[in-house]
Amino acid sequence: MGVTDAVDEAFRTEWGQVVATLIRVTGDWDLAEECASDAFASALATWPRDGVPRRPGAWLTTTARNRALDRLRRGAAESGRLRRLAPVLEDDSPPAEEDAVPDDRLRLMFTCCHPALPLEAQVALTLRTLAGLTTPEIARAFLVPEATMAQRLVRAKRKIRNARIPYRVPPAELLPERMAGVLGVLYLLFNEGYSTERRELATEAIRLARVLVSLLPSSEAGGLLALMLFQESRRATRTEHGDLVTLAEQDRTRWDRAMIDEGLAVLDEMFADPGPYQLQAAIAACHAMARHAEDTDWRRIADLYELVAELNPSPVVELNRAVAVAEVDGPAAGLALVDDLRAELPGYHLLAATRADLLRRLSRHQEAREAYEEALNQAPTDAERRFLARRLVELTTS
Amino acid sequence: MRYMLMITDDGAELASPAEIDAQPAFLSWLVDVEARGGRRAGTLLRPPDEAVTVRVRDGRVLRSDGPFAETKEWIAGVEVLECADLDDAIALAATHPEAGRFPIEIRPFWED
Repeated sequence: MGVTDAVDEAFRTEWGQVVATLIRVTGDWDLAEECASDAFASALATWPRDGVPRRPGAWLTTTARNRALDRLRRGAAESGRLRRLAPVLEDDSPPAEEDAVPDDRLRLMFTCCHPALPLEAQVALTLRTLAGLTTPEIARAFLVPEATMAQRLVRAKRKIRNARIPYRVPPAELLPERMAGVLGVLYLLFNEGYSTERRELATEAIRLARVLVSLLPSSEAGGLLALMLFQESRRATRTEHGDLVTLAEQDRTRWDRAMIDEGLAVLDEMFADPGPYQLQAAIAACHAMARHAEDTDWRRIADLYELVAELNPSPVVELNRAVAVAEVDGPAAGLALVDDLRAELPGYHLLAATRADLLRRLSRHQEAREAYEEALNQAPTDAERRFLARRLVELTTS
Repeated sequence: MRYMLMITDDGAELASPAEIDAQPAFLSWLVDVEARGGRRAGTLLRPPDEAVTVRVRDGRVLRSDGPFAETKEWIAGVEVLECADLDDAIALAATHPEAGRFPIEIRPFWED
């Protein structure tokens, strides 16, 4: 591995930790980010000459901390603040000290995802401070002008400072609710990265979920990590030349086995009193474990959807359950359930598409055609419309 | 750190300060406030139909009866609390006896 690769690798694995630690010791988010950037620039300049330090993370944190001290020294106006901070910053204790505070990234995660901040700011702040994406990169990922994204980050940091949002892992009584907030942000990030062009968001969501699970294991965090791994493992096969490929038609030999195994291992360790992410992960695991589409344990999937519906009753969950029931008890049984949902999901293209597929399997071709046409009119993306149009053509020519 | 809690109401069941002070729920809330930092001020406000709004235009003082904005819910009282951080302020707003009825807005004081 070359030195530049080593810096890249350190950036991916250490950025969040360096920023999180600097925020804790300086209390200043902007200073923390600037000094972390400086430390990485300094690594690029000196590592080729001096070699990669034995503990890159500790080296970077110490360098960033020294830079913070320099900056504060230069800012005469901040002398009062310097006196207060100098003892922490000058404390040049051995790197082992960094290990004693493993939860700075957790503090940062919970603070970025504080419910007093707007959701879009939570997401942006998480990407900036924990994942190290630049403001232009985040702006591009969310299709907003750079100035808008910069403003969003400035406002969020201002609110954290002025409303005094605490920099901490919440106490036990707040933890379940706040954990749900963090998981929601990570899953949102992941879903934003579902499309090919923005894959880095999905990668970051998985990386951050791994950190969360390792620092503060909880069944739902593990469930979310497993769910994202299973979904991500299918990335290479989900589309072909921009066209959707259904789960049944995907080339399962090209699924990422390493991700599937990691997901199964995470999921294996839990499952007492499952929450929504664990249940969804368990459903995704049924697909991940089936070597061929015919091997899928649809009975278990139908049962799991029933548990999901008990936690979060929703017609969309019922629709998914109906698909599983159709596999177990036949298309007629599935169709009966789907038809019951029509009033609750008006205009929902996946309902029409599911009906169309079930009607086709029941050889009710005329009704199937009508349902495909309805789905075509409602589908929100080109890829989905092309998929439905293809099905409609197959039906007409069969 | 100081925060102002703005307690809203629609006036349908307005209690007087004496009635509120006698409520056990309010008393136990005050105990919690003291434990977390302390109450710096707190008062009930007369309803908005007793408000007067003053504007100065071109040096002339204009008075109008009523509030500057007609809303269904209005600020019925304020509490100024000393808290360690926003989470404490949120916890106190959530346990205020009026919290179940109408929203409570938390505003941090502008401090340097």
